[in-house]
Amino acid sequence: MAANPMYQFNVYRIGPEIKINNIDISFTNASLFMVISSLAILVIFNLGTKRSIIPNKIQLLAELSYSFISKMISDTAGSKAKPYFSFIFSLFMFVLFCNMFGMIPYSFTVTSHIIVTFVLAAFIFIGVTIIGFIKHGLGYLKLFVPSGVPMVLLPLIVVVEIISYLSRPISLSVRLFANMMAGHTMMKVFGGFVVSLGIVGGWLPLGFSVALTGLEILVAFLQAYVFAILTCIYLNDALNLHH
Amino acid sequence: MLKKIIFQFLALSLIFTYSVQSAESGGMPQLNPEFWISQIFWLVLTFGLLFIILSKFILPKISNNLETRKSQILENIETADKQREETEKKVKEFDKIINDTKVESKNFFNSERQKVLDDINNKRLSLEKDIEKEIIKAEEEIDQLKKTSQEKITKIAIETSSDLVKQLIGEDINKSSLSAIVEDLSKKEMEKHNGI
Repeated sequence: MAANPMYQFNVYRIGPEIKINNIDISFTNASLFMVISSLAILVIFNLGTKRSIIPNKIQLLAELSYSFISKMISDTAGSKAKPYFSFIFSLFMFVLFCNMFGMIPYSFTVTSHIIVTFVLAAFIFIGVTIIGFIKHGLGYLKLFVPSGVPMVLLPLIVVVEIISYLSRPISLSVRLFANMMAGHTMMKVFGGFVVSLGIVGGWLPLGFSVALTGLEILVAFLQAYVFAILTCIYLNDALNLHH
Repeated sequence: MLKKIIFQFLALSLIFTYSVQSAESGGMPQLNPEFWISQIFWLVLTFGLLFIILSKFILPKISNNLETRKSQILENIETADKQREETEKKVKEFDKIINDTKVESKNFFNSERQKVLDDINNKRLSLEKDIEKEIIKAEEEIDQLKKTSQEKITKIAIETSSDLVKQLIGEDINKSSLSAIVEDLSKKEMEKHNGI
């Protein structure tokens, strides 16, 4: 059923079934695109490490991305976040490349699966919480008590703050997953319209499809950026506690 | 006709239900937990490897490149500044040397000119002195000559007159009376000369 717009998100096994202790960890199309994205990142950035004073194009790309993310981190989380630079860099690049590879027709979008984005978001959430408690001890709990709030409202505010803090991984993962899934589904639906309306009426949805492709490329970049910058903001809360 | 329409409707509804059923059976593949563990495993593996390789090998190289470029640019700017300062200094020195030489040459020229002028003056002065001396000498000589010439003239006049008188009369006359007469006459002549 290739006409089903959700079919593109199907995960299927590639190669033999791999089982360790009765747990299925077979290589799937999702794994394939994770590997492809990672390899592409490594190849591009490895080509960008040439030691020349005047950079070539790939080196310029690598160095521009480096300074772009470095600036983003120092702007949002300050200089204390420097040790986490390579993690945020890897995160941004991984999400960006997975999103971008998903834009190739008949490919698979790794980040359109809630489990992938949720694992990333949960890892960030747990990591940030641990960093917060290591840096500030129990004082990190002050994050839930904003200053300058009337005593009457304080219990309510604390509850709201705790809920908002706990919903961070969900909002972070669902934002990326829903954006990618919705965009790709919509493109598939418009592609289906082109086919079903044929040569006569198919031009309008085709135009939409082209426009949507451009929009989706923008969204692919923007969601990677949002994912990385929200990570920076959470990190900022953990590093510089001034709520 | 009606049969045909009913048949078409049935066929359409069949297709519809079939597609809906298939979509429901697929549902959202994201919520099918069959491959969740596999996806988590491969995500952790690939992302972990990516993170390790990027942070250990690639990112330090890039940051190193950026640092060296920055430091090299700063160094170049520094050396350029230094060289500019040096050239400015050199230009100042050069100007100073040119000024000094100008002043020196002027001084030299002036002093030489003064020397030459002094020399000329001295020479002229000494020459004038010599000339004056010569003139004084000549005047003295002339004066002397004047004096002696008068005496000589009177002598000659006395002698000639005595000779004349001797030849005319044939006897000597007192020389003193002759000289008195000659002097008297010569005085008169002189007065005549001076008087005119």
